[in-house]
Amino acid sequence: MPNMPKSKSPLRLLWLLPVALIGVGGIGVAAMMQPPPADLDLSLTHPTEHGLYVGALEPGVSPIPVGTMQTWTVSVTNPDGTPLEHADLSIDGGMPQHGHGLPTEPQVTEDLGGGRYKVEGMKFNMPGWWTITLKVSGAAGTDSATFNLTL
Amino acid sequence: MRLPLLVAAGVLSTLVAGWTIFDLGKPAWSPAETKLIASLSLSALPKLPPDPSNAVGDDPAAAALGRALFFDTRLSGNGKVACASCHLPDRQFQDGTPRATGMGKTNRRTMPIAGTAYSPWLFWDGRRDSQWAQALGPLESLVEHGADRTQIARLVAANYAVDYETLFGPLPEVTALPEHATPLGTDAAKTAWTALPEQQRDAVNRVFANVGKAIAAFERTINPRPSRFDAFADALVAGRDTSGLLTRLEADGLRLFVGKAECTKCHNGPLFTDQHFHNTGVPAVAGLPEDQGRIIATAQALADPFNCLGAYSDAGPGDCAELRYMDRDGEDLVRAYKPPSLRGVAVRPPYMHAGQFGSLAAVLRHYNEAPAAPGGHSELKPLAMSETELTALEAFLGTLNETRVGGGQ
Repeated sequence: MPNMPKSKSPLRLLWLLPVALIGVGGIGVAAMMQPPPADLDLSLTHPTEHGLYVGALEPGVSPIPVGTMQTWTVSVTNPDGTPLEHADLSIDGGMPQHGHGLPTEPQVTEDLGGGRYKVEGMKFNMPGWWTITLKVSGAAGTDSATFNLTL
Repeated sequence: MRLPLLVAAGVLSTLVAGWTIFDLGKPAWSPAETKLIASLSLSALPKLPPDPSNAVGDDPAAAALGRALFFDTRLSGNGKVACASCHLPDRQFQDGTPRATGMGKTNRRTMPIAGTAYSPWLFWDGRRDSQWAQALGPLESLVEHGADRTQIARLVAANYAVDYETLFGPLPEVTALPEHATPLGTDAAKTAWTALPEQQRDAVNRVFANVGKAIAAFERTINPRPSRFDAFADALVAGRDTSGLLTRLEADGLRLFVGKAECTKCHNGPLFTDQHFHNTGVPAVAGLPEDQGRIIATAQALADPFNCLGAYSDAGPGDCAELRYMDRDGEDLVRAYKPPSLRGVAVRPPYMHAGQFGSLAAVLRHYNEAPAAPGGHSELKPLAMSETELTALEAFLGTLNETRVGGGQ
């Protein structure tokens, strides 16, 4: 707008009022509904924290349901892509925004071979942002990876 | 841009903002709100899955036998207490009193039955893992039915033999059994139980378990019916006109329920319960023994001979995931209790596990203020809701009553 005057009278700023209101209202609603962070990495394949392994979660159902007991498959490879056989795995999770864990204690119940493991007892008791932490112990040591889910 | 034009634009956009934020017109629901509302509708409730631990769970003959047993006061120590004495069919199968009274007075509030076939855990603390295992608890409680296992086996043989044997096969010989024997009752009944040979105890346990399975088959037929909220939710999801389905106050309450009031943290899904256990800082009742809630119940569920993994369960090797992968301990289970379904809640005072609050208004004030828990840690945080907002929430809860008058079976 080339003709826009440089000085702004209070009246001319009136259009800013609703914009500001919408902004404040939006923040208020956001805080109430507690949406997950916008930049959440939702990838289900992650290198572990110290790069010892790469873990992948396979829920086997999409979207992941709320309130239903589920059996998942977890795959673990070495950094070179070869399967991590006979690893010792544990899996846990929770809701960062609510400070509580999973309603169950999932367990690895079967080594399926080829670096694949069956995990039983996965369950989520509310919609929202969940994290799943996979702890892997193998020949290279113990390392863990944390995954994000939005249900 | 000229000044009058700017002023006009300002006024117009202020009006738009006012409509959006202050809801001056017809309420608009965000996609997130609509999704959450859809998840609460009875239309989202899946078909009742079978209970693998109860082979007769969906057998109408078992439900008929269970119904007869449910109303039979002879299953008691004084001939006066039936399941239906506290689970009143015309009152959502509960009794409207803070703590149930059978042969004596219990320490907990009677729970409603509708939809509990979907619950992996029964009782306020989830100490039983199926409807049939749950039904057995009150039968032998000295302050509830005050009955015992051999009494019940003898009663079934005398009064329900044909129906029982059609479903479960031959009854054991009961005439030689002591009149009263149980591992849990009076000293005399416990002594009589210990004196029975193992094989007889097992046979009696099996009849006892089957009584529970028949009662559970009846209870599986008791499920929630649609409410005004469901009609609204279904119309909203389908994009149909929702006007007139909820009052403005009720709609405001629904918006709070799925938003600021954070009710869906625990009361989610079509049954308005996450079926887990939560410490919400509910006050202890003076004069009652210390009540630790879920933290004590996990060991009880595991030790229960009538659980999903036990000898009297019909479950296969791949079943019983809830019990096998149960969250067993942790500070969050101290004084944690199961959120009951909110369907029909408005006409079901008093509230909480020992009837601590006499009205929904009192419950909502508690959640708004979030006082410290008498034990463990409350999950609540103060909500800073106004009186108007609390009134709206209460109005919304009233929309969860069954549309059909009554509420009984």
